[in-house]
Amino acid sequence: MTLLQPGFFSSLPVQNALLIGAGAALLSGAAGVFTVLRGQSFAGHALADVSAAGGAMAYLLGISPLLGFFSLSVLGALALEALGTRRAAGRDLAAGIVLGAGMGITALLLYLDVTVKGSAGAAVTVMFGSLFATPPGLGRAVALGALAGLLGLGFIYRPLLLASLDGELAKADGVNTRLLGAVYLLLLALAVTLSAMAVGAILSTALLIGPAAAALRLARSPVAAMGLAALLGLGCAWGGVWLAYQSYGWTPGHVWPVSFFITALVLVVYAAASLARRA
Amino acid sequence: MTAALNVEGLRVTLGGREVLHDVGFSLEPGAFCGLIGANGSGKTTLLRTILGFTSPSAGRVALGGAAGYVPQKLQLDPDMPVRARDFVELGLNGHRFGFPLPSRARRAKVEEMLAAVDAAGFAGQRIGELSGGQQQRVLIAHALIRQPKLLLLDEPLANLDLRAAAEIIALLRRVAKQGVTVLISAHDMNPLLSAMDRIVYLANGRAASGTTQDVVRTEVLSALYGYHIDVIRVHERILVVAGEHGAHGHEHVATIP
Repeated sequence: MTLLQPGFFSSLPVQNALLIGAGAALLSGAAGVFTVLRGQSFAGHALADVSAAGGAMAYLLGISPLLGFFSLSVLGALALEALGTRRAAGRDLAAGIVLGAGMGITALLLYLDVTVKGSAGAAVTVMFGSLFATPPGLGRAVALGALAGLLGLGFIYRPLLLASLDGELAKADGVNTRLLGAVYLLLLALAVTLSAMAVGAILSTALLIGPAAAALRLARSPVAAMGLAALLGLGCAWGGVWLAYQSYGWTPGHVWPVSFFITALVLVVYAAASLARRA
Repeated sequence: MTAALNVEGLRVTLGGREVLHDVGFSLEPGAFCGLIGANGSGKTTLLRTILGFTSPSAGRVALGGAAGYVPQKLQLDPDMPVRARDFVELGLNGHRFGFPLPSRARRAKVEEMLAAVDAAGFAGQRIGELSGGQQQRVLIAHALIRQPKLLLLDEPLANLDLRAAAEIIALLRRVAKQGVTVLISAHDMNPLLSAMDRIVYLANGRAASGTTQDVVRTEVLSALYGYHIDVIRVHERILVVAGEHGAHGHEHVATIP
């Protein structure tokens, strides 16, 4: 058994995977801090599941998976905003309804992928990701999307932080919390889309919530938490790609799923942060 | 002199029920006023209408300048890494877009405000870890840092022990003496009576305003509640007792200034 596989950095699929993983992890980490602060983890998961319908649609129509995931994720964000209320229970209810509808559409589109297009592997790729098999040009698009998302988060950082801490107080201070919430949901849709590209729609919540929750336990300020969450997410994404690449030598001829390693590392990071906080 | 807050003929309907009926009062700059009433009397609705969160069905609210708002409590997980200092700074620039660059002048202003409310000693602590009284000081600093003309506080004493409540009242009294009009809502007038210039007393969505002696009288409160209320003065204390028709049993005991 070969423990360390050669050619990691010279492999084009690996380079593409590292680029996509970095874009997804950096934006999801930073956006995830607000998702946790606002108590919207379930909404994030709902958007991820709705984006799966977009991934399945991309297979059916033969369009870019990035466009497919993002368009449905944005539709999901708009639906959450339209159905949402100020109360947490109402928000969860809206997320549950949107999630259910999204999964239903995903089931239909994946069925059509298999029966009409003959894409038998679509379900696994959409739901659980296939980072080494993404088209070469996708890495650059994901990097640009992440950059745009990070700039957007930076632009709304202060009012978003205030509204995340207390919505009424933010309104009294002159913040349009409704518009801000809608813009944030669109940025969240982008983060979820990029994460879905990296680890699949079902598992993208791991990159969104895990690094952010760990960083919030360790950091001394929200800005530091955003930076730390992005770095922890990056470490998990790149570590997952490296471990998956090495796994070729553990079970010759087979590469273990990258998504498994990334989500496992996220779990380890969160557990370590919780222990460090208690210490 | 222009009023800091003028409320005229205010009617507010929520869910088909009129919550405030023809409420009117005026506050001068620097007034220290209590908005007193039992739970459900319409205090929060009145504050929300003054802040513009709720639209009245009739009447008007006129502010003499910017208003600052202090909610009852922040529901924050103690693990959230938001320090008291960060939160006060958000009062200064939390409504602005763009990522904040470091600023010595802004930092100095925040430190000055923290010192003014005696919060410098815990400025570096996470806000979710602070006691109720400490959190109130930080919330007040957040509201005051943009120098409002009017400060509205929603039940700031509700979760405080007697000592912390007295300290917050003394702080707010100082704020009022500097020319900021302070309106504090409270369901218990006990801690406030000795400090307030005047009160707005709400019952059944109706209001009476004036000094404590003007408002806390049998005839005024009986008219507000719609049944007989006894106001008894004993050993420099006021005892407000619902009469025998007062099925909603409402009672206050307070010290007259």
